[in-house]
Amino acid sequence: MADSLDLPIEHLLRELAPQVLIPVARRFRDFAAAEDAVQEALIAAATQWPRDGVPDNPRAWLIQVAARRMADHIRSEIGRRHREQVAAEEAERLALPFEGSTENDEDDTLVLLFMCCHPALTPASAIALTLRAVGGLTTAEIANAFLVPEATMAQRISRAKQNIKDSGIPFQLPTTEDRVQRLRAVLHVLYLIFNEGYASSAGPRLRRADLSDEAIRLTRNVYDRQPHDTEVAGLLALMLLTDARRAARTGSHGELIPLAQQNRALWDRQQIAEGIAILSKALPKGSLGQYQLQAAIAAVHDEAVHVEDTDWPQILALYELLKRMSDNPMIVLNHAIAAAMVHGPRKGLELLGALDADTRLTERHRLEAVRAHLLEMAGDHGTAITHYRIAASRATSMPERNYLMMQAARLGELRSTDQ
Amino acid sequence: MKFILMMTGTKSDYDQYAKWSKEDLQRNVAFMRAFSKELKDSGVFVSTEGLAWPSEAKLVRSGKDGEPVTDGIFPESKEFLAGYWIIDVESPEQAYRIAARASAAPGAGGKPGGMPIEVRQVLHGHADLGL
Repeated sequence: MADSLDLPIEHLLRELAPQVLIPVARRFRDFAAAEDAVQEALIAAATQWPRDGVPDNPRAWLIQVAARRMADHIRSEIGRRHREQVAAEEAERLALPFEGSTENDEDDTLVLLFMCCHPALTPASAIALTLRAVGGLTTAEIANAFLVPEATMAQRISRAKQNIKDSGIPFQLPTTEDRVQRLRAVLHVLYLIFNEGYASSAGPRLRRADLSDEAIRLTRNVYDRQPHDTEVAGLLALMLLTDARRAARTGSHGELIPLAQQNRALWDRQQIAEGIAILSKALPKGSLGQYQLQAAIAAVHDEAVHVEDTDWPQILALYELLKRMSDNPMIVLNHAIAAAMVHGPRKGLELLGALDADTRLTERHRLEAVRAHLLEMAGDHGTAITHYRIAASRATSMPERNYLMMQAARLGELRSTDQ
Repeated sequence: MKFILMMTGTKSDYDQYAKWSKEDLQRNVAFMRAFSKELKDSGVFVSTEGLAWPSEAKLVRSGKDGEPVTDGIFPESKEFLAGYWIIDVESPEQAYRIAARASAAPGAGGKPGGMPIEVRQVLHGHADLGL
């Protein structure tokens, strides 16, 4: 099934998915059913095309198959309702001419993203629906990526669609005044998909590359359509600059390798160059946002050939700006690390104090891990061991737990040889 | 037939584990990785999960109006589930042999840990927990 010959077809289907869904959903004015019909058409293509060859007009083929499924669906609906004596309206709908798209194809993918990433949906639902409707992934693939049974993921998707139906979210571009905010919601979902792939906290595998790739592909799609939005550019740059370190981030057995110890020769220089180019075009436009700042920080790390070359004063300055923009506790945490690198570990430890009572920091082990690391830098190995152990006991992934236990053990041995 | 192999530990087991040396940890991690691969290669592997540290564990009961009432204080002697494997094998004896392998995972000082592994058969058919 994973035959390399079939890969181009798989990619083609993912590209075509939104371009097929939009006209079918518009024609039948039923997003939920159209989405199911398109999924069936994609599955049919995935089995037939490798055998019979790709049709001359693949998009038309998919639309035709999906529309046929929709017609079947509506006929059975009519049959059901006929018994209830209300068929006329449905029959009329079937006879409707193909509704011309008011926007062009370019915007269709955006319309779809705005819908799937609507703030009325929970993040988990929005992620699942986006991957299926816009990304063209099958339910099985999405379930596999999130390590849940297929039936669970199918239910999550159908609930998301029901939510859209119930909230009466229109199938069109948001109004101009809503647009900026709604685009932020789209970017947030794409960011979550990327993070899920990059730093999975579920299960022994630390990264699920497919999700990161998919997030980058979708963000690239948005960037192609909104090249002047500096935060779209910022997010794409952030993903590219972070993902460029992928090969260096885990060892041969999936163990975590922190930034400072990564083999930088493994970083993807081409991807770094692309990320920096995108960011450099966005920054002078003047509307600085969180994604651009985070991308700028990633770029400073990526530009350091050796860890000792890292320009910490610049990173600290960027975190100062970020902190002014958002009171997110993870930013406070990273700011403390940068401050420690510039002004010494005691300064960092002092800043961490602000997070002790912050209940929003859900990943408590991160705070303790950073504290342990700064205590170690300050030479207080005994207290550092205690905090590495607390961090390990709160870790939410096996590679992280193993890493933190190993740090405590390493420091313990260092102490006993010192004494 | 399916069996679940459950690895458990008391609070003092966890405290001991936290003090293992780097070599002890590395040996144990390497063993667990090889053990999982062995289960997969021999076609008996179904699933495995490790659980978060029990220090944050909560005991939950339903209160008067069905709202959750949580309790986090456990006796020292309580055994906590640390993780499990589910395997699909031909006989209980095969399950016991595999459990014994897991129990021999290297502990402190590299000696076989001799952790007790609880083996229970998993019932046929879907557990209907309203799923």
